[in-house]
Amino acid sequence: MWRDALLVAGKDLRIEVRSRVATNQVAPFALLVLVLFAFALDPDRGVLTRAAAGLFWVAVLLSALLAVQRAQTVESAEGTGDALRLSGLDPAGIFLGKAGAVVVQLLALELLLGVGVVVLYGVDPSGWATLAATAVAATMGLAAAGTLYGALAAGSRVRETLLPLLLLPAVAPVLIAATRASEAALGTGGLDVASGDWLALLSVFAVVYVAFGVVAFGPLMEEQ
Amino acid sequence: MTTETSTSDIAEKDRSTGDPSGPGPIGPTSGGPLTLSLGLAAMVALGATLVLGLTLPATVEQGDYSRLIAIHPGVAWASYIAFGMTALASVLWLWPRTRSGHWDRVAGASAEIGVVFTALTLATGSIWGRATWGVWWVWDARLTLSALMLALYLGYLALRRVPASPDVRARRSAVTALLAVTVVPLNHFAVTWWRTLHQGRSMAQIDPGNDLDGAFIGAMLLGLLAMTLVYAWLLAQRVRVARLEDEAEEATLAQAIVERRREAAVV
Amino acid sequence: MDDVVRLRSAVCLLGRFPALAGVDLVVPKGETLLVRGANGAGKTTLLRALAGLVPVVGGEAQVLGCDLRRDRRAVRRRVGLLGHSAALYDDLTVADNLRFWSRAARSPTPDLAGAMARLGLDGRLAGVPAARLSAGQRRRSALAVLVARSPELWLLDEPHAGLDAAGRDVLDDLVRQVTAAGATVVLASHELDRAAALATRSVTVAGGRMVDDGACVSDIVEGPSQPEPVHVA
Repeated sequence: MWRDALLVAGKDLRIEVRSRVATNQVAPFALLVLVLFAFALDPDRGVLTRAAAGLFWVAVLLSALLAVQRAQTVESAEGTGDALRLSGLDPAGIFLGKAGAVVVQLLALELLLGVGVVVLYGVDPSGWATLAATAVAATMGLAAAGTLYGALAAGSRVRETLLPLLLLPAVAPVLIAATRASEAALGTGGLDVASGDWLALLSVFAVVYVAFGVVAFGPLMEEQ
Repeated sequence: MTTETSTSDIAEKDRSTGDPSGPGPIGPTSGGPLTLSLGLAAMVALGATLVLGLTLPATVEQGDYSRLIAIHPGVAWASYIAFGMTALASVLWLWPRTRSGHWDRVAGASAEIGVVFTALTLATGSIWGRATWGVWWVWDARLTLSALMLALYLGYLALRRVPASPDVRARRSAVTALLAVTVVPLNHFAVTWWRTLHQGRSMAQIDPGNDLDGAFIGAMLLGLLAMTLVYAWLLAQRVRVARLEDEAEEATLAQAIVERRREAAVV
Repeated sequence: MDDVVRLRSAVCLLGRFPALAGVDLVVPKGETLLVRGANGAGKTTLLRALAGLVPVVGGEAQVLGCDLRRDRRAVRRRVGLLGHSAALYDDLTVADNLRFWSRAARSPTPDLAGAMARLGLDGRLAGVPAARLSAGQRRRSALAVLVARSPELWLLDEPHAGLDAAGRDVLDDLVRQVTAAGATVVLASHELDRAAALATRSVTVAGGRMVDDGACVSDIVEGPSQPEPVHVA
């Protein structure tokens, strides 16, 4: 399973490196979202700084949608879906590999967005250890849920519109928990539940979705 | 599974375990006596709830709107039952020994009814909120959770409408339903921690807890009973219609095979 | 068991459409079977069913000793399917694609360079992204993947389509070579001249059934199967 996961993740990342969709389109899109928030909200830095954590995670969520859709498109083009089923790869490995590739891309993107938030919104990046832990846990949950819902929506002609409808309400806890944990780390949130509790919620979410994906991906892949 | 049949077992697969009420291969075109009595009981309970609810006294703080207690908790309760039933039926479909098209139909029908009840919960909740809080919507933990549930199950129903073979659709839907029911508690924690700590207002505290006299409790309990009966009755009817639809489609399968073979003669 | 494929009254549904409406077919080991038939007769579905991709919902189906009705995944690693479209990732090079698919299949001794040379894909073409290949070159790349995987059962859907004369010769040589080495080939084709010369036997599909099964089928199946009554009221 792990060998197959590494193989698939390596393949997906190699495709992203070669095609440059992530660097040339998704990353600029995410940064653009940050700039749009600045246009929409009061350019007075107070508002942006206070809302920075939430805006950051909304930008990540929108980019995650793009990344997941992209990971699905790669497999639905020209018979590669059939070939993947015929290849004898462990479905659980395929799931972990595809989700892992999305995690790597999103973490890189979050680093970029983090710099963007510091520069554009004037956020003071203290408590970086908590921030990093939050980012890792939240991203794993997002990637696992996205890959799973991507497989559920795959093969339907309304894939592009169905995926957000399925994914966004499901990852609402990630958005809430990641935002609160980041606020706690940045000190912009006021009195709140300790960031440890939010981290625990994020970890539970990630574990639940990874477990679900490992079990359910095989049967779901069987469909066209 | 016998090795003799090639096509008949496809059509028969569903029928072996499926049907709870109708004896024939194609069920009766209207509900059986059980469904009928369920419907009557639901109507009586609903009528009684209405009468009792309207005769409740108006409270000082909320005025006439306090009578929503006869409706709102019952509707919310029914939506939880409905989604619980969807999850249960999905598990029963996924479990190989109980797998049958019946459970897929139950899961889909229950989710449809659950979505209606959730929408009603949000509507009655925000009407009540307008009276109590002065605004149509507040980011109350329970209201937010209901809104998220509505979105989750709208997605589930959208996925069910994607054309696919019955088996594929059933598997996909069952997995989605289980995911949805797993997300609900996670959403619950997230929303509760988020809201209740920011503004100490939630339904639990806003509910007219102190002046809940017997009449109010009675009306609420009667409302719960009435909505449960209405749910059960709607479910029975919806599942029956779904079964008739499936059977109509299956009836064409034998015909389709004959027609497919006939193509050979034309060529 | 010497029969690589054994189908009896096999039924496959595409949605609710019975693309295969009761197929009887036996293919012994080492045979090169040509499947003929008009467009829409069910040739592609037959090959996909044999590959374990399309579920067989009625009748009996065994491929390489695996019961497709019980577990159709077991057979997949051992068959190679050349479909209408080459399964290539457009952004990866030919060599990358070949390496990924042969690693995925855990080929024991993948001779990737040999496979590419065999199909004329060595040299400059190996480093070209698949998106920039011509249709014929994609076809060759897909065949190279099969060569590297060396399956026991080759399922070739219109293998000659899109190939130039040299490519067709390479393909024919390849088929003769692998069957001599003990593999079995089932190919669906409209190019009867070319394919018939290659095949050791041919069958015709029409309306989702075999219409002129060869002699060895009637030995096993007692008479043509009739559509069984489906119980509906």
